[in-house]
Amino acid sequence: MKTILNIGAALGLILTIVPSVLVATGELQWQTHANLMTAGMILWFVAMTLQSRKRTER
Amino acid sequence: MKDSSSSISQKLDALYEFDRERVHENSLHGVGKFLGVYAGEHIAGTEYVIGPLFVAHGVTAGDFFLGLLLGNMLAVLSWAFVTAPIAVRTRLTLYWHLRKIAGPKLTALYSIVNAVMFCFLAGSMISVSATAIGLPFNMTMPTLSDVYPNSIVWVVVVLLVGSAVTVLAILGFEKISKFSSIASPWMILVFIAGAIAVLPTLGVKSVGDLWNVANEKIWTGIPFEGQTKFTFWHVLFFSWFCNLAMHLGMADMSLLRFAKKWQYGFASAAGMFLGHFVAWLSSSVLCAAAARSVAPGPIAYMGAGIAGAVSVVIAGWTTANPTLYRAGLAFQVATPDWKRWKVTLVAGIVTTLAAVFPALMMKLLDFVALYGLLLMPMGAVIVADYWLLPRLGLKSQYAESRSIGFSWPALIAWLGTLVAAFALPYEIFFIALPGWFIAVILFVVLSAIQQKRSLIPSEGSPS
Repeated sequence: MKTILNIGAALGLILTIVPSVLVATGELQWQTHANLMTAGMILWFVAMTLQSRKRTER
Repeated sequence: MKDSSSSISQKLDALYEFDRERVHENSLHGVGKFLGVYAGEHIAGTEYVIGPLFVAHGVTAGDFFLGLLLGNMLAVLSWAFVTAPIAVRTRLTLYWHLRKIAGPKLTALYSIVNAVMFCFLAGSMISVSATAIGLPFNMTMPTLSDVYPNSIVWVVVVLLVGSAVTVLAILGFEKISKFSSIASPWMILVFIAGAIAVLPTLGVKSVGDLWNVANEKIWTGIPFEGQTKFTFWHVLFFSWFCNLAMHLGMADMSLLRFAKKWQYGFASAAGMFLGHFVAWLSSSVLCAAAARSVAPGPIAYMGAGIAGAVSVVIAGWTTANPTLYRAGLAFQVATPDWKRWKVTLVAGIVTTLAAVFPALMMKLLDFVALYGLLLMPMGAVIVADYWLLPRLGLKSQYAESRSIGFSWPALIAWLGTLVAAFALPYEIFFIALPGWFIAVILFVVLSAIQQKRSLIPSEGSPS
């Protein structure tokens, strides 16, 4: 579970930063980048909140 | 019956009771903790305003980068060489250390001034969040010259955000602090991603275009209409002193007293460079791309879409909450019979009403400079008391040794410095540095006069 949450959090951050670079290089539309950033945000907060809850339980 | 100032100082003592003792050796933290705290604390909602305000004041690209580099370095050196050495030697909070020097009553007065400034600071963060919440309602955004609310929608949104922040502060801010630490790494990436994504809009096609675009489209050197022109010196002094209350004002003694070594003061570099430098740079780029709009919500949305708008709300909310909570805590001393929730509610109402006026956000640079300036003299008093008085054969922590409630040398050093600093023919950004030296000199001279009749031999230099 911990590994899955770590992967989810890392993926969240990747989705936050990488699409913007692709927009800057002209390989991605702005709207797609914005959607991916929203997905990254949800992924990050869900993974980190669950991780934090698990840590508190322990 | 005791007078009201005695009652206030006793209340303050009770509130900070758990901080009274020196930090125990077992409670000290490693450098990683301080890197994390500083990086998190200096990515606030207000960073979305400061970058655009530099653009609005016509800073050039060269002045921006050099000023930020040197100003942030000076801030880090202030934390490392002024705040941290005293913090790790005394291992006390600012409150308990100042109490020994200035006396309990003067320290209470200082805490209340601090609380009022906290309210206004939280108010500016609520304004920042409101610019993002208002986006779906097509709210007319405040502009640089707005002093009063520009629409009824703005007032309603600010009142809603302020109410939410106040209720959460009443319910307790521990969970929000935890949430804030979770949000920090994501937030800094949103700043960076937003700025990168708008580079094509500004005409950047390759890395080679960056410097030209920076000079011609972002930091053009031409101030917006009605704004004063900022130079390299403005950027340097603002970035050095925007946390003046924390370093030269010594408020971060409360944090750095947990450091194993004074060198951990250098961890503030994480906040200054990862936080301020990158965040102000990114928000400047976003402002230029948004046709020089300075409203945080729209510029963040332009760069990062919904995630950008959410980051403005979270950045404003997570920093406004603890600020409001601390203000309530400090105000509680003046209202002895009130419950904590009632005091926080009143502080929240004051804060929210202040946030209705966009001038608080649009004049943020001046407000931040004023905030630091008002609290800085007491930091200078602490430094003079710790390092200079023993070397001059004078007694440190004189108020405590003589059970003085109100140290007049500290009071005159505080107020006299402010009067002298404001009398200087310079802008507010430049008067804090001479002010610090004025405070040191005033306190040393006045302490010598106070102790003249009962000179106590110094017990040697501090360890």
